[in-house]
Amino acid sequence: MTEPVLSVRKLQVEFATRRHVLRAIDGISFDIARGEVLGVVGESGAGKSVTGLAVIGLIDPPGRISGGEIRLSGLRIDNLAPEQLRRIRGKRIGMIFQDPLTSLNPLYRVGDQLVETITTHLNLSKTAARKRAIDLLAEVGIPAPDKRIDAYPHEFSGGMRQRVVIALAICAEPELIVADEPTTALDVSVQAQIIALIKRLGRDHGTAVMLVTHDMGVIAETCDRVAVMYAGRIAEIGPVQDVVQNPLHPYAKGLMGAIPTLAGDNARLVQIPGSMPRLSAIPPGCSFNPRCDVAFDRCRIERPEPVRHGTQAVACHLYDDAKEPAEETAA
Amino acid sequence: MLAFTVRRAIQAVGVMIAVGIIAFSMFRFAGDPVNQMVAIDTSAADRAALRHSLGLDDPIPVQFAHYFVNAAQFKFGVSYQFRQPVASLLAERMPATLELAICATVLSMVFGILMGVYSALRRDSLLAKIFQAVSLIGISLPTFLIGILLIYLFAVTLGWLPSFGRGDVVRIGWWTTGLLTVSGLKALIMPSVTLGLFQMTLIMRLVRAEMLEVLRTDYIRFARARGLTTRAIHFGHALKNTLVPVITVAGLQFGSVIAFAIITETVFQWPGMGLLFLQAVQNVDIPIMAAYLLMVSLIFVTINFIVDILYTVVDPRLRATISRPA
Amino acid sequence: MTETAVPQQAEPSAPRPRAAPAGWLGRALDSDVFYSFRRSRLTMIAGAVTLLFFLVAILAPLLAVQDPFDPAQLQLMNSRIAPLWTADGQSPFLLGTDEQGRDVLSAILYGLRISLAVGVLGVVFAGALGILLGLIAGYFGGAVDSLIMRIADVQLTFPAILIALLVNGVVKSVFGNRLDAASTLAVLVFAIGLSFWVQYARTVRGSVMVEKNRDYVAAAQLIGLPAPVIMLRHVLPNTMGPILVIATINLALAIITEATLSFLGAGMPDTMPSLGTLIRVGNNYLFSGEWWIVAFPGFSLAALILSINLLGDWLRDALNPKLR
Repeated sequence: MTEPVLSVRKLQVEFATRRHVLRAIDGISFDIARGEVLGVVGESGAGKSVTGLAVIGLIDPPGRISGGEIRLSGLRIDNLAPEQLRRIRGKRIGMIFQDPLTSLNPLYRVGDQLVETITTHLNLSKTAARKRAIDLLAEVGIPAPDKRIDAYPHEFSGGMRQRVVIALAICAEPELIVADEPTTALDVSVQAQIIALIKRLGRDHGTAVMLVTHDMGVIAETCDRVAVMYAGRIAEIGPVQDVVQNPLHPYAKGLMGAIPTLAGDNARLVQIPGSMPRLSAIPPGCSFNPRCDVAFDRCRIERPEPVRHGTQAVACHLYDDAKEPAEETAA
Repeated sequence: MLAFTVRRAIQAVGVMIAVGIIAFSMFRFAGDPVNQMVAIDTSAADRAALRHSLGLDDPIPVQFAHYFVNAAQFKFGVSYQFRQPVASLLAERMPATLELAICATVLSMVFGILMGVYSALRRDSLLAKIFQAVSLIGISLPTFLIGILLIYLFAVTLGWLPSFGRGDVVRIGWWTTGLLTVSGLKALIMPSVTLGLFQMTLIMRLVRAEMLEVLRTDYIRFARARGLTTRAIHFGHALKNTLVPVITVAGLQFGSVIAFAIITETVFQWPGMGLLFLQAVQNVDIPIMAAYLLMVSLIFVTINFIVDILYTVVDPRLRATISRPA
Repeated sequence: MTETAVPQQAEPSAPRPRAAPAGWLGRALDSDVFYSFRRSRLTMIAGAVTLLFFLVAILAPLLAVQDPFDPAQLQLMNSRIAPLWTADGQSPFLLGTDEQGRDVLSAILYGLRISLAVGVLGVVFAGALGILLGLIAGYFGGAVDSLIMRIADVQLTFPAILIALLVNGVVKSVFGNRLDAASTLAVLVFAIGLSFWVQYARTVRGSVMVEKNRDYVAAAQLIGLPAPVIMLRHVLPNTMGPILVIATINLALAIITEATLSFLGAGMPDTMPSLGTLIRVGNNYLFSGEWWIVAFPGFSLAALILSINLLGDWLRDALNPKLR
């Protein structure tokens, strides 16, 4: 078995406020293999984006990684010195943020931003870096890249800007791309193109992709595996077809029920009643229990640990008889 | 771009005409110019003749047009107290004021930006807190008190620097400069520090606030995610974006530096336009007041215009919105 | 420098972000209560100092050993006495006397009255003018609005001190150079009011523009309330927070402006000196070593303005953190 590109174990992220210490991520574990696309899905505030930021080492104070470990191709990176971490960011891990309109510095030409990133990580001359920048723009599908390279960000449309952002993320051939809601801010028609681009790049270069989104549709069509997050924990993780067609966790079931289908069997979309608890008020036991219609006494007292169930791993007391702790996502 | 420039130029001219009307009203209606110019025993006929020769019995719009045409040629009339053409009085004193104002602006920009950037990047350091305290005091201490304090310290007590005047000046054409002599340079130190301190405080506060704002933006986060060095992020990306609004403010501030020079010039008896203007206010020398107002407005408006144009050069987004026909 | 500050701990050892300080003193110093107290302590001191200044100004006739405005009470033989604690000090002149035998402390107390009076009245005048013009501009819009706001734009490019000096000079030339002290005070209030109205007008206009499209204003119009009533009773109260902040900061500016005008000789006369006048007069004695004549008025002025500015900063943060 080859080593996974990204391996996260029992990761904890905490934010200190003056009154509380809020645990945004509470002991999550997952792997991403070479060339694999892992979707991370959940409601706003479930900890998806924080997970992405933790992986790339951009958790800012008052937040911090308070436990667990993150390994990139075997190298532990969560405890690296800032300067070593910086050398990994952009070179071995590329990041794509949500809003392409604000991700690019408006006062710099896109070419300058590309060349700057390339020369930071690769030992190339300015001319060579510029040539590479043009190639990258061509690769992400920007027409007439040799001309567009000297344009400013505001001269691109939203979709084109996100392509530039992707070019920036891949310009040092990273092993891993963390894409944090890369299509949320875009028009629906452009979303599909960007998703297709990310998928193609992952396949062509063997890059592992961590795709954070709240859009189950995007997950279903893009990802190899999916992790469903709820209140800072992974509720369920597994191959995307299995999780979509046969969700185990009651929350995942609710989530899958909320996907509209084109087939149009006219069944009403399922709603999950209530809303996710605030980080300062996470209930004891399973954090989903107040909204769960199959919760029983134990759910209100004891926190479920993930167990393996077929190809999936799930953290729910309903499946405790499996008794096989899942290695990924687990103890 | 051209349309924008033209529009801005028209606006600037509009402001100048408005100021011109105020200056003319002051000149014409605040006190009778004839009474100021003649002796008490001058006969009514002589007064009428003088009135006529000055064009003061023409219709008001004609008088205004006349005043404006003259003012455009820098003919501002004759000072009541000096009995000399106002234009030459102003021209004589302008180099002193401009040298002082430019020195003060350069000082305030350099130190204001350095201190602002430092206190934004090392927000919790002791030095940043000291800078914050200094800025509060800089805003709270009136300029003239700072001047007096400096004079007491460096002129009266230590005797290092002269307490008044420009020192020796060198004449280059019609311009006089104190920058080429040791005594001139020494004389410049305290006035420019006094004048620049308040502006420095403003710029420092502005730079700090802007930089903190910029450091929170997505493109800075993305720059960090791209693994750029801290130096490139702070002093390339963040600083460049910070300085765009700072240019405007600093440019606009140059106008108030010239106006605030009135105070500094009084404290240090600096022979500039401000001192002349103050004497004019005290002696009700309206032609000088009106002319000073026009000159200072001209400088303000010109700088505003330049800043507007400069802004579009620095910020490509603005350039785009402007060149697109509105 | 966020990166260096990230404590990237490998082990989940400390559940709290920082170790709890040992001992009750350490815990007390670390508590939220002390934190907020420390934050507001400076404000409390500033408030106390401001209050003190207003009090001694109001009570000046009771506190001062002489009336510095009354030439009959001044004796030349008492001139230039050093402060009490120096070798040459003489009772009852705690802070010494000036060249006319005027007790410096009494002069400061009375000067404070003038400075505060001009400052407060100037702010009130500027506020009234600005609020009125802002209401008119915002409520009627159109040509009235653009005229008022154009004037505001142009005026904003000119520093207040220059406008105040010009107004002062023009008024002097119209009324002649010999104004009595009370009229000079009125002129100063007028000049300062004219230089500071713009900010109020902009603020009020902005919120009128927002408020006037609200339903409750339409409702008030429907039941037939006249426009001035609607504006005064319904729209204006919503702008009071920001206006209070501007007024506090402007009070400091107005006092500085008055002091500067008086220092420049375009303000209060020597016979009825404000703090600025005292500093101008005292400045002449700096070289001959009588530092106290200028130092104490100068210190009082600086302390007053610093306190008001601190209060203004606090008020701004407390009422509206978004307001710059």
